[in-house]
Amino acid sequence: MSKVTLIPKPAAQNGELAVDAAPVNSKSYRELYKKREQIYPKLAHGVFRNLKWAAMIVLLAIYYVTPWLRWDRGAGRVDQAVLVDFEHSRFYFFFIELWPQEVYYITGLLILGAFGIFLSSAMFGRVWCGYACPQTVWTDLFIYVERLFEGDRNARMRLDKAPLSLEKVGRKAGKHIVWLMIAAATGGAWVFYFADAPTLFRELFTGTASTSAYLFVGILTFTTYALAGTMREQVCTYMCPWPRIQAAMIDKDALSVTYRADRGEPRSPHKKNDTWEGRGDCIDCHQCVAVCPQGIDIRDGDQLECINCALCIDACDAVMDKVGRPRGLIAYDSYANQQRRQSGQHASYRLIRPRTIIYGVLLAIVGAVMLYGLSTRDTLDLNVIRDRSPPFVRLADGSIRNDYVVKIMNMTDRPRQVAITIAGLTAARLQAPNVSAEGEIVVTAQADRVSAVRLHVIAPNTLSSGSHDLTFTLRDVETGDLAASPSAFLAGGEQ
Amino acid sequence: MTNRERDEVSGTETTGHEWDGLKELDTPLPRWWLFIFYATIVAAIIYWVLMPAWPIGNGYTKGILGWSDRANVAADVQGLRSARAPMFERLATATSTDIAGDPELQQFARAAGASVFGDYCATCHGAGGAGAPGFPVLADDVWIWGGAMSDIERTLQVGIRSDHPDTRMSLMPAFGSGILSAQQIGDVTEYVISISAANNRLEANTIAAGRGAAVYQEQCGVCHGATGAGDRTLGAPSLVDDVWLYGGSRAEIRRQIELGRGGVMPAWGERFDAGTLRALAYYVHDLGGGEADAPPPAPAAAPVEPSQTTPAPLR
Repeated sequence: MSKVTLIPKPAAQNGELAVDAAPVNSKSYRELYKKREQIYPKLAHGVFRNLKWAAMIVLLAIYYVTPWLRWDRGAGRVDQAVLVDFEHSRFYFFFIELWPQEVYYITGLLILGAFGIFLSSAMFGRVWCGYACPQTVWTDLFIYVERLFEGDRNARMRLDKAPLSLEKVGRKAGKHIVWLMIAAATGGAWVFYFADAPTLFRELFTGTASTSAYLFVGILTFTTYALAGTMREQVCTYMCPWPRIQAAMIDKDALSVTYRADRGEPRSPHKKNDTWEGRGDCIDCHQCVAVCPQGIDIRDGDQLECINCALCIDACDAVMDKVGRPRGLIAYDSYANQQRRQSGQHASYRLIRPRTIIYGVLLAIVGAVMLYGLSTRDTLDLNVIRDRSPPFVRLADGSIRNDYVVKIMNMTDRPRQVAITIAGLTAARLQAPNVSAEGEIVVTAQADRVSAVRLHVIAPNTLSSGSHDLTFTLRDVETGDLAASPSAFLAGGEQ
Repeated sequence: MTNRERDEVSGTETTGHEWDGLKELDTPLPRWWLFIFYATIVAAIIYWVLMPAWPIGNGYTKGILGWSDRANVAADVQGLRSARAPMFERLATATSTDIAGDPELQQFARAAGASVFGDYCATCHGAGGAGAPGFPVLADDVWIWGGAMSDIERTLQVGIRSDHPDTRMSLMPAFGSGILSAQQIGDVTEYVISISAANNRLEANTIAAGRGAAVYQEQCGVCHGATGAGDRTLGAPSLVDDVWLYGGSRAEIRRQIELGRGGVMPAWGERFDAGTLRALAYYVHDLGGGEADAPPPAPAAAPVEPSQTTPAPLR
């Protein structure tokens, strides 16, 4: 068996400041096949804890409330502000309505997300992990509930060690019931993004919702409960790829939660009237370990398990205040600064540097392109599908006919009269079954739908054989909106 | 059990195998994995009892649930048939004007017709009615027996030169087998070219054509008409256009006069029900060259015009 080096208990003379906390998830402590050890994060108080509460409230509110927001799109139309409507293949986002062929906007969104996370990582390290990741947010919420039922760190540890009793069962059951309720609400909110929320809400409770709705509520209830309730830091340590990708995103100037070893070492317990001469500021009280939801010791340096939630900063600052030393023994710092301090230079922060400027510019460009695309988006479009068999038909009078199906996309709420014309092929005429008009064919494009119309193009036999370019143009009879699509006309050789 | 060796570092037993001093650890399977493995064994046994599983001699164990993919498919096909039946019935009694005013029926007829056409007709007539030498193009506006929906349906019912008693029958003689001399056939070929639109590209020999005119009036005009416009009631194709069933080169035109070939189209009236026939007729009529259901019979010798096709409004 490999030996595990236990971190020694903090000496008693630290008084009430010291806690008996072990970084159970740190590399030096963790065996390869070891069963998960429960982590009992202690409640921290301070700037970053408050920031995290605020982030949690805002993010959860966005998640749970968004599907209930209404947006007026006119009579008889979908009035949900954000809706992914698979049944009718539409995506609604406030004033934006996307059709399936415009799915490239999702690509734009993903690029924005990627650059956003590159930029934030290059500047502030793993802020996504520490504040905004759903795993972090829900775990934080679940730990909050756990604390409500079982108390803070010490009380929870005592309760887990205590023999089975009515109180223990009650507290544990209460916690799990509330967890499950939150998990179910999370799964429930998820499905509201894919159907009319008030209708689906009623259906879910009257047992008339679709099987897939219940299935997805079930799946998300289970994953929320399992990931935030029981797996927690294991998701970050073992399941998530981001800590690994992370290394490529962060450079020596990026901020990350850092223990300032130059100031803290040599660490040792400190009694009230001891001198601070010849020793570091770290009094080895293990408060930073006690508050850590990931079960690590920040003093071991940058590590994959650390989500940069900054709770250890709060814990350490509180201790520094009490012992009368300056704050910031644990702080957001960069690798470059650590090196500078070692060589006796002054620390300096370089948040604006070529890398972050490039990310910022790219972010702005992609955002601008998307905004331009969305604001000038066409509401009339067409697809021309030429019949492949037969490639062309020779008519009795020697002329040549090609057949087409023109699909007209009307992305507005009202039916439109559109005129179809062809251009680019001299002497060719457009013909539609049942329509005798020459030159242009006027058809009705139904509201918010794709309408298909079969058309014939007939060219005289003087046309040379081979493929000829041809353009189909749509014109809204009322508004004059135009849309065009290139196609081809095939003429055969002599018989 | 023999004395198993324990690995010092991991505390796990070894398998006793050794390669160049390296020993293999006998790490036990994870519990959860083992339980799932046992569960699959149990599930397999339950499956054997419930479902068809083991081959025995000529048959197999049927399982107590009586599951059969064959029966399921048959039931599905039957279900589909009965679901479509009402539309086919409507189609069977619909006139072409009925269909023209009913987009739903049109869509059904087009889809059903396309499916049957693909299965039975495309083999000869080509996908989309593209045609092939000897097998008429159905997408154009040239019709031997008429291009109205009723004409097309009639052709489908009785076939051409088929074994149906009322089949559409036209026989072009093989003029090369002793009726005309090679010289005469050459002259007639030139004459036919001279009266057709093919004259533009083939440029008939006017002297030979002049000789051929007399032969034509004697031998061919009876069916193909004095002007060569053809006669649909007789199934005699027009010779004035530039569409040739057996090819439009000089040699191919001559060869057809020599051989007088005529293809056979089976009678489909017995094979398909009325609704399917109507769907098929609609589909062919809708390919692009269909003619209006004019009061039959269509005037013989009328020049074939590029006609309006049947309605195909927005789908």
